[in-house]
Amino acid sequence: MRYARLVWSNLKRKKIRTLLTLASIFVAFILFGCLAAVRQALTAGMNVAGADRLIVRHIVSIIQLLPGNYEAEMEQIPGVAEATPATWFGGIYREPRNFFPQIVVKPEEYLSLYPEFQLPEDEREAWFRTRTAAIVGRTTAERFEWKVGDKIPIQATYWTHGGGKKTWEFDLVGIYDGAKKGVDTTQFFFRYDYFDEARDALRGSVGWYIVKVSDSDRAAEVARAIDETFANSPAETKAETEAAFVRSFSDQVGNIGAIMQAIMSAVFFTILLVAGNTMAQSVRERTGELAVLKAVGFTNGQVLGLVLGEALTIVALGGFAGLAIAWSAISIIGDPTGGRLPMFFFPTRDLIMGALIVVALGIVTGFLPALQAGRLRIADALRRLA
Amino acid sequence: MSESNGALVRVEKVSKTFKRGAEKIHVLDGLDLSLLKGEFLALMGPSGSGKSTLLNIIGGLDSPTAGAVSVGGERIDRLSGKKLAAWRARHIGLVFQFYNLLPVLSAERNVELPLLLTRLSGAERRKHVDTALGVVGLSHRQKHYPRELSGGEQQRVGIARGIVTDPTLLLCDEPTGDLDRKSGDEVLNLLAALNREHGKTIIMVTHDPHAAARASRKLYLDKGRLSQEPLE
Repeated sequence: MRYARLVWSNLKRKKIRTLLTLASIFVAFILFGCLAAVRQALTAGMNVAGADRLIVRHIVSIIQLLPGNYEAEMEQIPGVAEATPATWFGGIYREPRNFFPQIVVKPEEYLSLYPEFQLPEDEREAWFRTRTAAIVGRTTAERFEWKVGDKIPIQATYWTHGGGKKTWEFDLVGIYDGAKKGVDTTQFFFRYDYFDEARDALRGSVGWYIVKVSDSDRAAEVARAIDETFANSPAETKAETEAAFVRSFSDQVGNIGAIMQAIMSAVFFTILLVAGNTMAQSVRERTGELAVLKAVGFTNGQVLGLVLGEALTIVALGGFAGLAIAWSAISIIGDPTGGRLPMFFFPTRDLIMGALIVVALGIVTGFLPALQAGRLRIADALRRLA
Repeated sequence: MSESNGALVRVEKVSKTFKRGAEKIHVLDGLDLSLLKGEFLALMGPSGSGKSTLLNIIGGLDSPTAGAVSVGGERIDRLSGKKLAAWRARHIGLVFQFYNLLPVLSAERNVELPLLLTRLSGAERRKHVDTALGVVGLSHRQKHYPRELSGGEQQRVGIARGIVTDPTLLLCDEPTGDLDRKSGDEVLNLLAALNREHGKTIIMVTHDPHAAARASRKLYLDKGRLSQEPLE
């Protein structure tokens, strides 16, 4: 602590330069926080995917439908505990930019397979007994200021009903929350029986199946058994774990993790150069002062520590402030897309990673200038001053 | 600190050679010097004669190429790194020609610097700093930064920094070289008082005969050797 004043005084020596360096580090860590939240939003499905759940889709693509009778057949396959269908509706609420996922499901079965969707008991019962009922996640409900009891009109883009009518009207009976952070609360679910009876085309078909396996260790084996069951049929299947399914979805826009990592590597490398140059310049400018410190008895290690302390202080001030502001802004303001992302938060894991990067960056940027300062030969440096 | 044969500083057959490319420059050549405790020695000589080099060697800021240097009976030419730094902190006070104060620290913080290396508490350091600044007559300027002080005042702060740890030896390298006559005289009066009233042993490198006249002994350094009188 007795050297803190010395470190702080040196940082105040060139205020503008220190402020600009601080600002660049600060902005870099805000960017880090935002990118971490976006990556979380785009890949979170993989993290919350049930290890005991498989997704069974058409072998050609997810947009090819499967027969509705596969459910019963799948439930006969050893290792399958439960199966339930789901179908992508793809409608529009008022205007196309109001996107949120609408999925047709069998309520009891679906909630049984997805216990992470938490719904009050009365709302759950209302959904089970009302054919036109729908539930929605908290994020989307807040986005459109919906409340239980509202009638929600959705314009179909494909699934017309009643001889070409595009507008489907649903009774909102429940708003679900996620049992843990990372659960998608943007989705809108309504009943398969109502949908199947009312739709104009392709009755009896479904988009995909969700299958619960009785032993998650045997998931791959069960997936193979499912695919073998429907092999050589008109609608062959591709079964895979839910995590693999979500990953293949997010991989359609590229390896998000690698993209984020590349951006942040470039940002931090630039910061390394900026902060490193600031420290190197600062040490060059006060060679004489450092020599005086050593002349009065400071050891090489103490001078090295002082310079390293300055680098750590400047990076820590900028970095931790950036992380704190990113965390606060993301927590308070939330999803900047207004709810188009399934979730938007700064994961704790990334916050810790950010803090570690701050410390590492401080050490790396300060190390060479500190070493240079530590190795300074007193007599030579004093001779240059004279 | 014990003394060897009554001498506080003993320099024996000390040589110092610098390399400039392939050329070797012999700055000090088998030089001997002995200094008693309480002496005030003025070291004179032409530019480049090696006065500052000798001062640096005695102060443990540089090492001799050959020979032995003892201060208070301790062979400092055998010390290195951490031990030498600790020895300097304990036994040497330095006063430079261009003051070499840290511009980002106030007068009191500059004076406190050597005390940061001790185990003294903040309050104890404060007391020592007050005393040192009182001795140099700058108690009223302790909160001022170097840029707010005159050259003479900066040098007095430099002297306060040099004496704040109550060192065995005060080494002054051209302490009046950057000052006008009036300020220079004030600094010399201060050094003389430190020697006379506080018993400080002082070695002062200077070009100025007027400054050297304030010392109790004068030596001339030229062509790597010391003499009582300047060489022709």
